[in-house]
Amino acid sequence: MTGGSFGGYVARAAAAGELVVQPRMGVAHPARMRAGLAAVRGAGVRAAGTITVDSFTRVGDHHAVRKALATGADLNGYPIAAHPTETTRSVLDGLHGPGFPVQVRHGSACPQKIVAALLAAGLDATEGGPLSYCLPYSRVPVAESVRAWAESCLLLSDARERGARPHLESFGGCMMGQLCPPGLLVAISVLEGLFFRQHGIDSMSLSYAQQTDPDQDAEAVAALRTLAAEHLSDVDWHVVLYTYMGVFPRTPRGATALLERSAELAVRTGAERLIVKTTAEAHRIPTVTENVTALVTAAAAASRAEPRGAAEDTGVLAEARALVDAVLDLAPDVGIALVRAVERGYLDVPFCLHRDNAGRTRAFVDTDGRLQWSRLGALPLPAGRAVPAADPTADELLRSLTHVERIFDRA
Amino acid sequence: MELDAALPDAARLDIVVSGLASDAHTWNLVYLQLVLEEMGHRVTNLGACVPDGLLTSRCEQAGPDLVVLSSVNGHGFQDARRVIGPLRARLAGTPVVVGGKLGVDGAGGRAEALLAAGFDAVFEDADAIAAFRCYVDRLAAGVRS
Ligand code: B12
Repeated sequence: MTGGSFGGYVARAAAAGELVVQPRMGVAHPARMRAGLAAVRGAGVRAAGTITVDSFTRVGDHHAVRKALATGADLNGYPIAAHPTETTRSVLDGLHGPGFPVQVRHGSACPQKIVAALLAAGLDATEGGPLSYCLPYSRVPVAESVRAWAESCLLLSDARERGARPHLESFGGCMMGQLCPPGLLVAISVLEGLFFRQHGIDSMSLSYAQQTDPDQDAEAVAALRTLAAEHLSDVDWHVVLYTYMGVFPRTPRGATALLERSAELAVRTGAERLIVKTTAEAHRIPTVTENVTALVTAAAAASRAEPRGAAEDTGVLAEARALVDAVLDLAPDVGIALVRAVERGYLDVPFCLHRDNAGRTRAFVDTDGRLQWSRLGALPLPAGRAVPAADPTADELLRSLTHVERIFDRA
Repeated sequence: MELDAALPDAARLDIVVSGLASDAHTWNLVYLQLVLEEMGHRVTNLGACVPDGLLTSRCEQAGPDLVVLSSVNGHGFQDARRVIGPLRARLAGTPVVVGGKLGVDGAGGRAEALLAAGFDAVFEDADAIAAFRCYVDRLAAGVRS
């Protein structure tokens, strides 16, 4: 059944030398959600479909969802747990299949209801993880998120009984969207992959989001591949790259150029799938048309790009490896190791306000445009990995956050 | 910090900064906290995805001089309009303001409805931060000195 699975679709595209491109897309109304999926399928590129779930559903406020649906208020995604299963099935009917897999994207620390709803609707691909959908997305304690994700993995892997090959993607490469140094992003992706495997998932993807410097990014994706090959050789995995997840260029020209650079990075690093961003990113939820344009633009940029040799080693692999090894040493059970790692500050995400996050690390964009640590807190890394600096003022923080935006809007 | 010293103690405000119930974004909150602290005020930052009940109880406990709510995920209008009633019930006279990207369409124009619902000020525009600084300065001058 690999042929019908999300992972199988991406593997076939990769074998044919094609990058799979995928939007982030979700609207409240079933007919409009269906029209969006149909437009992506018909875009003329090698695409995967997306149903992005709204924020009320993400935090489990099903009352607010029902109220919004009743009053016709806008939602920022498709409320998959509120619409009847039959409705979601009819959204997908005739669109979703071996030639067009659909992934549900949600951002929930406790996703059991969402996973149950997507399985009931006949889907089996989703994403997230016990840290990546907890620390930047919720105030749920990490230990509770770990339990919820263990349950969700079991729910998903049960779908193998009906002949499916469920697929789960770690969102670990996108922590906070910005200002998280590459070594930590790579480590969290690999660790969440190990967590998924421990809980029965055998087809997965590991993520990495484009940051501030293409060479540093290429080095990071290579590090991700190296560690995944070492730790996850017995499961099906691929790398999914994200177009920049931080403050986005405001001009159509700047936004398009940044998207094109991410497609080139995907080809350069051998990433098999790319999650795109649109020219609306800095302003509002994109329309279907804007999403289709982004897919076509990214696919065209990818087809022009060439794979290239390795980037210079500035220590990203060693850093990610040190983090992964130190965390795995904390407990034989990956979930317990993750909880302890956050408690001890071995995994400490810069600027993350979550109560369980130690909050002792800091990062900034240096004068060469590369992401650097300025404070390591208790990360198990050599002191030399940080370039000491005072904590940023409001203006300095905003300057780091808008570094990419300014470069691309100015160009 | 030297900036703190610039402000006489009487004009220092105790401020609660908070995200709204459905919103996970926090860079907005981190940034607003720094802006306010650099102006010399004391900030309690409640973080992301703050349920209505937690927001109202924490505000009641803290008894702040100002409550600053921020949302950018597109549900801000709905989340803000729902929570202002319960907040007002506990903090009748405390200024409560909201800002960010309050809808999913990139358009502004939600201020009037939110002011009518009980907010003291709404900051939706591109120059929101400049207008906000002036608002807080006026408050600091008026409330305490
Ligand atoms: C980084 C980011 C994320 C990170 C956030 C990590 C974190 N914990 O903070 C991650 C990847 C996790 C994320 C997730 C989501 N995101 Co997001 N995100 C962004 C992004 C790229 C940058 C935001 C940012 O960091 N800005 C920097 C801070 C400092 O500025 P700011 O938040 O823009 O606020 C400024 C002003 O608005 C103002 N301001 C804000 N609040 C207030 C309050 C007051 C009182 C005042 C005076 C001023 C003020 O001051 C700030 C400085 O100027 C924006 C798009 C963009 N701007 O490029 C999307 C964006 C905000 N996200 C969006 C959405 C919808 C989501 C999701 C729901 C997923 C989805 N459907 O796509 C989830 C959130 C889930 C949830 N439960 O809410 C939308 C919101 C759409 C809308 N409002 O129309 C945006 C605009 C992207 C888009 N075009 O779709 N996101």
